[in-house]
Amino acid sequence: MSVRRLAEDHIQPQEFAFNADNKKWAKQTIAKYPKGRQQSAVIPLLMRAQEQDGWVTKAAIEHVADMLEMPYIRVLEVATFYTQFQLKPVGTKAHIQVCGTTPCMLRGSGDLIKVCKSKINAQPFETNEAGTLSWEEVECLGACVNAPMVMVFKDTYEDLTPERFEEMIDEFEAGKEVKTGPQIDRQFAAPEGGHVTLTDVPAKKPAARKPATKSATKASAPKPTAKEKAEEPGADVKKPSKTAKKAAAKADDARMKAPLFDAPEGQKDDLKLISGVGPVLEGKLNDLGITTYAQVAKLTKKQIAEVDDRLSFKGRIERDDWKAQAKALAKGGAEEYRKVFGKDPR
Amino acid sequence: MLTDKDRIFTNLYGLGDWSLEGAKKRGSWSQTKSFIDKGRDWITDEVKGSGLRGRGGAGFPTGLKWSFMPKQNDGRPHYLVVNADESEPGTCKDREIMRHDPHHLVEGCLLAGRAMDAHHAFIYVRGEFIRERERLQAAVDQAYEAKLIGKNNVHGWDFDIVVHHGAGAYICGEETALLESLEGKKGQPRLKPPFPAGMGLYGCPTTVNNVESIAVVPEILRRGGSWFAGLGRENNTGSKLFCVSGHVNTPATFEEEMGITFGELIDKHCGGIRGGWDNLLAVIPGGSSVPCVPGEKMRDAVMDFDGLREVGSSLGTAAVIVMDKSTDIIAAIARLSYFYKHESCGQCTPCREGTGWMYRVMERMVRGEAQKREIDMLFEVTKQVEGHTICALGDAAAWPIQGLIRNFRPVIEARIDQYTHNAKAEGAVPSVAAE
Repeated sequence: MSVRRLAEDHIQPQEFAFNADNKKWAKQTIAKYPKGRQQSAVIPLLMRAQEQDGWVTKAAIEHVADMLEMPYIRVLEVATFYTQFQLKPVGTKAHIQVCGTTPCMLRGSGDLIKVCKSKINAQPFETNEAGTLSWEEVECLGACVNAPMVMVFKDTYEDLTPERFEEMIDEFEAGKEVKTGPQIDRQFAAPEGGHVTLTDVPAKKPAARKPATKSATKASAPKPTAKEKAEEPGADVKKPSKTAKKAAAKADDARMKAPLFDAPEGQKDDLKLISGVGPVLEGKLNDLGITTYAQVAKLTKKQIAEVDDRLSFKGRIERDDWKAQAKALAKGGAEEYRKVFGKDPR
Repeated sequence: MLTDKDRIFTNLYGLGDWSLEGAKKRGSWSQTKSFIDKGRDWITDEVKGSGLRGRGGAGFPTGLKWSFMPKQNDGRPHYLVVNADESEPGTCKDREIMRHDPHHLVEGCLLAGRAMDAHHAFIYVRGEFIRERERLQAAVDQAYEAKLIGKNNVHGWDFDIVVHHGAGAYICGEETALLESLEGKKGQPRLKPPFPAGMGLYGCPTTVNNVESIAVVPEILRRGGSWFAGLGRENNTGSKLFCVSGHVNTPATFEEEMGITFGELIDKHCGGIRGGWDNLLAVIPGGSSVPCVPGEKMRDAVMDFDGLREVGSSLGTAAVIVMDKSTDIIAAIARLSYFYKHESCGQCTPCREGTGWMYRVMERMVRGEAQKREIDMLFEVTKQVEGHTICALGDAAAWPIQGLIRNFRPVIEARIDQYTHNAKAEGAVPSVAAE
């Protein structure tokens, strides 16, 4: 049970009144419930009062009670019971609610809280010096497949990394518009990297995902343009129509020898550290244009099928889980690998 | 694997148009009038025949629940209340329905309303789902506009839908707490009986159903109860939205046939366990309230109500939380204990005091700062809380800890040993503050 009290008297404003729009809205809302049951509208009305003032004041509680003909104590009970009501002023530009419950915790919400502590205030509910930002840890916000995530006023910001989160806080502070929803290249709750289901349902919008946005996770990966180029030939390989198959047979031969990817510039990684890759396979992968862990980590299903096809791997990439291995190696080398897999690479 | 043509939620990822026009193209709102005309018993029987079990966690047969509504109207109105207070950690399926396929729900409300002689429906959306609520309200408005619902609508069954919302209280997912909240009070569960079917919202006969249970009804009626019953295993029929979070390569929400094995579920939809199957530590297969299952038991487990009971857990809301070997399992469960402490409504003593007590002990166990006998004491206390409260929150707070002790006792003991081992020579273990 969470114990919550109203803010101290000296910060409580004397009066509260809904503005004209909200007054009209309140009337309509009360009318939605059966006659004599106007009390049902208490939560929506308090919420609207919070939207108007930024927090729920004592005056607002009494005003709502009068409107709904309820005793003050009943409305006070409601305002203190439900944790979404802010009982004291919060950041004006952003009050960041970090989900800290287990599904988000498993994917790193602890790091987000650290960011809040260092960038905003060491204590939750306290604002930064300018009074523009504040934060709190809240319980599950119901976007667990997009963990870790935060909510700011009405919108959610999902699939965060500490780096992207820091950027976001700066954007809020600067009053910029911040992209809502998943912060990585992902269609809402669909798996990252492309759909597994609902692939042959006619959709209005093209099935292609939205263009990649600037995201911290992408920083170390090869440029998206290079990746997309590489994806294109794959598109007709995976689902060829029968006639196209025959026609393509000849072209296939030449294609089998061409590299699939644009090898990124700079140093090659030691791909042999990935369990399942030996010196021979490493050479073959390099020929295809794969030279870094980041590239392996970012392979899409389609690309994996293609590489499989070219090198007759017969599913080895997925069976040995190269992607996860490469991801760990790309992130923090052998040390990260040990942390994730509990053993030395190779 | 379920094929796309057998999927009910075809706009789950928001690729198509969510609005009435788009929904109609995907098949919503067709033949609705003929179902309404066939009457109450036909709809209820069809849903009973489909074997649909409630999707909110308890798995109570939906058709049977509807049949509890009074047959004779005694003058009191009947109400349908849809529980969209989706707050169980791990669960995020109803969110996708409300924001991307809202017309499934709106149409489902009308049909379910007919099946229980209700002319009013309230949809109680959790307070944090603000954009989702706006989308749902827009869909309801469209349906009013097109005269699909409302007074004198084209279906000949007057029907009003009110989209209501909460303000951040997990407990309002419990049906009677939800009704209290909807009446404008604190969300504290009511004693049962009387059950809501006899005396629910405003003292009138009420049925509370989960969003997903209602949203699948139109498709069940269109394709026939036998189609739905043909999916999955006996007594565990149909398709279901699964949400997989935690340490898998690509967490996602998706619709799958009930009775799929856990291994297949993860490999096909989520790109496998992070670090491969050898790296799997434990799984919470049905939202935070169900006991966790050790990884080695899980791979072949069947993902449905009965299948998961066999491994000592439950399907719950089909929210799968996966933990790999990098997880501190004690800390993960302790965080859940904190959640239940935070969300206890404070009405029943065992839960109000017990959740706080259990959390404080769990906190010490995370550090290893405990005595081994306290493990048994903790288990004992969970048994004291379980079953001794008005609602199931007490049980829900107890089960994760019981699952932890049952399956990972050696880990807790090792942590305590390590703490003792690290203690300074002069002071041994610092004394444990009395709680």
